[in-house]
Amino acid sequence: MLRRPATETQITHGGRLWLYVVVGLTLLFLILPSLLVIPLSFSDSRYLAFPPPGWSTRWYEAYFGAIEWRDATAMSFTAATLTMIISTALGTLAAYGMHTSGSRFTQLAYATFMLPLIIPGILIAIGIFLLYAYLGLNNTLTGIVLAHSVMAIPLVVILVASSLKSYDMSQEMVARSLGASRPWAFLTVTLPQIRTSVISAAILAFITSLDEVVISLFIAGGDKATLTRRMFNALRDEIDPTIAAISTLLILISIFLLGLTQLLQRSPNRQPTSGNEATPRDSAKA
Amino acid sequence: MTTTSLAGEDSRRDPGAAKASNEAAYRRRERSETTALAALAVPGLLLIGAIALAPIAWLFWLSFRSGSDFTLEHYQRLLHPTYTLTLQSTFELSFLVTAICVALGYPLSYLISQLRPKLAAMLLLLVLFPVWTSLLVRCYAWLVLLQRRGVVNSWLQDIGLIEAPLRLMHNFTGTAIGMVHIMLPFMVLPLYATMRTINRDYVRAAANLGASPVQAFWHVFVPLSLPGLFAGIIIVFVLCLGFYVTPALLGGGRVMMWSMQIERNVTYHSDWGAASALGVVLLAMTLAILWAVGRLIGFDRIVGGR
Repeated sequence: MLRRPATETQITHGGRLWLYVVVGLTLLFLILPSLLVIPLSFSDSRYLAFPPPGWSTRWYEAYFGAIEWRDATAMSFTAATLTMIISTALGTLAAYGMHTSGSRFTQLAYATFMLPLIIPGILIAIGIFLLYAYLGLNNTLTGIVLAHSVMAIPLVVILVASSLKSYDMSQEMVARSLGASRPWAFLTVTLPQIRTSVISAAILAFITSLDEVVISLFIAGGDKATLTRRMFNALRDEIDPTIAAISTLLILISIFLLGLTQLLQRSPNRQPTSGNEATPRDSAKA
Repeated sequence: MTTTSLAGEDSRRDPGAAKASNEAAYRRRERSETTALAALAVPGLLLIGAIALAPIAWLFWLSFRSGSDFTLEHYQRLLHPTYTLTLQSTFELSFLVTAICVALGYPLSYLISQLRPKLAAMLLLLVLFPVWTSLLVRCYAWLVLLQRRGVVNSWLQDIGLIEAPLRLMHNFTGTAIGMVHIMLPFMVLPLYATMRTINRDYVRAAANLGASPVQAFWHVFVPLSLPGLFAGIIIVFVLCLGFYVTPALLGGGRVMMWSMQIERNVTYHSDWGAASALGVVLLAMTLAILWAVGRLIGFDRIVGGR
C-alpha cells in the first residue's frame, strides 16, 4: 500500500505520508472543537474540565427553565422563519427577472445584490442601527427581519441564479407558446425544476438569520433580544456552561440542515449541475 | 377604425413598410417585457438600498460633519496613535491568519482534489460542517479549550510539554487560533474548486519530460492553482479586516481590531463622527483591495473562485 504510486508523478503513498498527517490534523482542527462541546454540555461541574467529572442534564434544565433564554430562542426562530420567507421570495424573483430580462441594467443590479456580502458587517450594523434609531425600528421584530433579509437575499440570489444558468429556458418558452402566461409558466414549469436550489437557498437564509450576530448586537435588545445576542453577552462576561447546552442544540440544528441540503443534492430530480456555493457540486462527478 | 384599415391596406401594397412596422411593434413589445422582467429585481434592490446602502451614505455624510459644518477633524483624529496602533494590529492579525490559512488550506485542498469523488465529497462535508455551525458556538468551543485550566493546557501538561499553563486566550494567540478556524473553509473552497479543474495530464507530461515530482509540482501544478489561491487569500483577508465577533470574544479586550473601535465609538461614546470615519476607512480599504486584485487577475475569478 505504502509503495503504491499516489500521483501522476509516481510519488508513493509512503513518500507523502506527511501530507496525510498534516491533512488529518487540519481536519481534526476543523471538526473537533465544536464536537467537544457536546460531552461538556452533560457535565455536572461548573468548571468545564474534560473529561467531565460526572454527568448530568442540569445545564439543559437551566436553559429550558430560564424564561429569558426561552424568549430569546422563540425570538430567533420567529425572525429566522420570517427572514427565510421574505428573502427566498424576493431573491428568487430577482434572480429570475435578471436572468430572463437581458436588460443592460441587470449586471448593475446583480452587483448591487452582492454588496451586503462585500461591505464589512460592522459597518452595515451601525448603519442599520442609525437608520432604525431614526425610524423607531430598533428592538422590533420587523426591524430584525428586514435587516436579516438584507443579509440573506444575496445568498438566495447567488444560488437561484446559478441554477437558472444551467436550466434550459426553452422549456418555459414551449409552455408559453402553448398558451401559458409567463407567471403560470414560471410556477408550473421552471420553479419545479429549480426547486432544489430554491429550497437550499431557503435553508441557507434561515441559518443566516439564526446565526447572525453583529447586526443583532445593535438592533435586537430589550425583550426582543435574539439568542445570538444573549449568547454573545453571556460569553463576554463569563463562561457559563448553559451555553454548552445551547451550543449542542445549535450544532444538532446545523447538522440537520446541512444534511438536508446534501440529501436534496442527491435526490434524483436535482438539476444536473445545480451550483451551490455551500455544497460544492462535484459530489457526483466532475 | 378607418386608420387601422388604411394602414392595413397600405401594408398590403407595400410589404417593406409592413415588415418595418411589425418589427417596430415587436421591438416595443420586447422592450416593455425586458423592463417588466427587470422590475422583478426591484423589491429586493429597494430593500437592500433602503436598509443597507442608504444608511452607509448617511454615515459617509456624517463623517464630514461637525454640527452643521463641513470638517475633516474625524479623519484627522484617526492619525492618533490609538487608531494607528489598532490599524497595525488589524493588519498584522489579518496577514497572520491569511498566511496560516494558506499553509493549512493548500495541502488540504490539494489532497481532496486528488481523491476519488465519493471520498472527496465526504472530506468536503467535514470542511463545510464548521461553516454551518454557529459562529458563537465555535468561539465558545475555543474559549473552553483555550482557557487557563482548559483542555489544551491540561493536555499539554499531562504529556509534560509545559510546566505551567500557557496564556492562550484573551490575547493575540487565542484570537488568531479562533480566526483561522473560522476562515479556513473560505480558503479551501475556492482553492479546491480551482484545483479540481486542473488537467492532470500537464503534470504527467512534465514528469515525462524529466521533471522530478517536486519540480512538476512547483512549476506546473502550483501556477495553475494560483487563481484559486488568490481568490482564497482575498476572501479571507478582506473578511479578517472587518471581523468583529471572534476578536471581541477571544481577544478579551486586549486585542484591538478596527471593527471594535467602530463598535466602541457607537456604544460607549455615541460618537457618530468618529465611528463613521472609521467605517468609511474600513470600507475604502476593503474596496481598494478588491479593486486592485480585480484589475490584476479579473474580478470574475474572485467571485467564481475558478
